[in-house]
Amino acid sequence: MDNYLNGILVLVLVLNLLSLGTSRINTIIKAVSVQGALLGVIPFVVHQHLTLPAIIVAVMAIALKGVVIPLVMVHALREAQIKREIEPMIGLMPSIILGAVATAFSLLFASQLPLASEHVGKLLVPTAIATVFTGFIVLITRYKALTQVVGYLILENGIYIFGMLLIEAMPFIVELGVLLDLFVGIFVICIIANHINQAFSSMDTRRLVTLKE
Amino acid sequence: MLDTVIHVILLLVMPPLLIGVINKTKAWFGGRVGPPLLQLYYDIFKLMRKSMVLSDTTTWIFVAAPLVTLAAVLVAGLLVPLGHAHAPISFVGDLILFAYLFGLARFLTTAAALDTGSSFEGMGASREVTFACFSEPALFFAFLVLAKISGSLTLSDILRATVDVSVTASAPLILIAIGLFVVLLAENCRIPVDDPNTHLELTMIHEVMVLDHSGPLLGVILYAASLKLFVLGGVLLHIITPSYAAMRWFDWPLFMVQMVCLAAAVGVVESVMARLQMRHVPYLLVFALISCGFGFLLLIR
Repeated sequence: MDNYLNGILVLVLVLNLLSLGTSRINTIIKAVSVQGALLGVIPFVVHQHLTLPAIIVAVMAIALKGVVIPLVMVHALREAQIKREIEPMIGLMPSIILGAVATAFSLLFASQLPLASEHVGKLLVPTAIATVFTGFIVLITRYKALTQVVGYLILENGIYIFGMLLIEAMPFIVELGVLLDLFVGIFVICIIANHINQAFSSMDTRRLVTLKE
Repeated sequence: MLDTVIHVILLLVMPPLLIGVINKTKAWFGGRVGPPLLQLYYDIFKLMRKSMVLSDTTTWIFVAAPLVTLAAVLVAGLLVPLGHAHAPISFVGDLILFAYLFGLARFLTTAAALDTGSSFEGMGASREVTFACFSEPALFFAFLVLAKISGSLTLSDILRATVDVSVTASAPLILIAIGLFVVLLAENCRIPVDDPNTHLELTMIHEVMVLDHSGPLLGVILYAASLKLFVLGGVLLHIITPSYAAMRWFDWPLFMVQMVCLAAAVGVVESVMARLQMRHVPYLLVFALISCGFGFLLLIR
C-alpha cells in the first residue's frame, strides 16, 4: 500500500513543479484540480479498514477540489478574459528552481524529524512541507488575483496532506469545516475578482493597493 | 543466441514503423486518413536510389556525419536490453558509453551542420547543443537512480532489475519515467520541443541541421532518427512496464506491442499539445532534469 501512497505523493510533487513552471492560468488550475483529486484518493490507500467519516471526507475533497472549485475558477477566468500570467514577479525559471530547492530541502529536512514509526517510510511529511512552500511561492510571486487564489489552494492541499497523518485522531467535522470554508472563500474571491475586473478592467494586484473607500 | 538474432532484427527493421504509428495517431486525432503506416520505409528506399548533391563548401565531415551517427545509434541499440532478453553487448560501465554514443552522434550532426557554412544551419546546431545540456544530465540522473536500485553499472542489469524492485522503489521510478519521457521527446525532436513536419520556420532544431543533406545521406539521417526513438523507447519501456513472463514466444510480441503503444502515446502527446515557444523549451527540460534529480534524492536520503 505504501507504494501506491508514495506514487500518488510523487505525482503531487510533480504537479507542484508544473504549477510553478506554467504561465497559463488554465493549466495551473487544471494542475491543482488534479492534485486535489489525487489527494482525495489518499485515504482509500492509507487505511486498511475505512471508516465512514474518512470516506465522506475523501469524497467531499475529490468533489470540491477536483471538480467544483476548478469549475468556479474557470468560470471566473472566462468572465475576466485573461489567459496567462504576463509577468510574474520573478521569472518562471527562477520560480521552478526555487520550488525545486524547497522540495529538496523538505525531503532532507523531513528525514531529520522525529516521526512516528509508521510514517517513516512514507513521503507524507516531505510532500506536505514542499506543497506548502509551493503554495507560498505562488502566492508571493504572482500578480494576478486568480493565480494567487490558486496559490492559496495549493497551500491548503499541503495542509490537507498534513491532516492525513492525523486522520484517525482528528474529528472529521473539522476537515469538512475546512473544506467548506475553502469552498466559500474561493467562491467569494472569484466573484470579487470578477467585480474588480469589471470596475477597474484589470486584476493586477499591484494596482489594487491604490483602492480607496 | 536466438534472442540476440531477434534483437538485431527488431533493431534494424522496426524503427521506421514507430514513426508511421505516430503519424497515424496524429492523423486519427485530426480526423484524417494520414500517410500509410509504412511510409517511412518507402521514403528511405526512394532516397537510397537517388543521387546526392553536395555543396562546394562542405568537406568530408558532411558525408561522414550521417554515417557515424547511424553507427553510433546502432551500437547504442546493441547496448540496451530489449524486452526480457539480455543486450548483445554488455560490460561494466556501458551506461556511460551509451550516453556518450548519443553525444558523439549529436556532435557530428552539429559539426556537419556547421560544415555547410549556412548561418541557418548553425542556428539549429546551437539550439541542439543548448537543449542537450539539459537532457543529458537528466539521462544521467535516471541512470544513477537505476544503478543505485540495482547495485550494478551494467545497462543490462540496471534496466532488468526494475522487474524485481518495482514494488519497493516505485516513487523514484515514477519520477525518472516522467523525466525520461520528456528527454525522449526532446532528443527525438518531437512536438513540445520541435515539430518534425515543418521545414520553413525559424524555430526548428533537428530539421534545420539536415536541410542540405540529400539522397542516400538524407535517408540515413531519417533512419537514424527513427532508430534513436526506438532505442530511447526501449530504455523507457523497462521503467514503465517492467514485467515480462520469461517465455520467449510471448515476451517478444509483448515488447513489440508495448513499443507501438509508446509510439501511440507520443502521437497523442503531439496531437494535444502545441509546440512550445523556443524560450520555454528549457523550462520543460529543467523540469525533466529536476524530476530525475528528485528521484535520486528520494533514493539516497
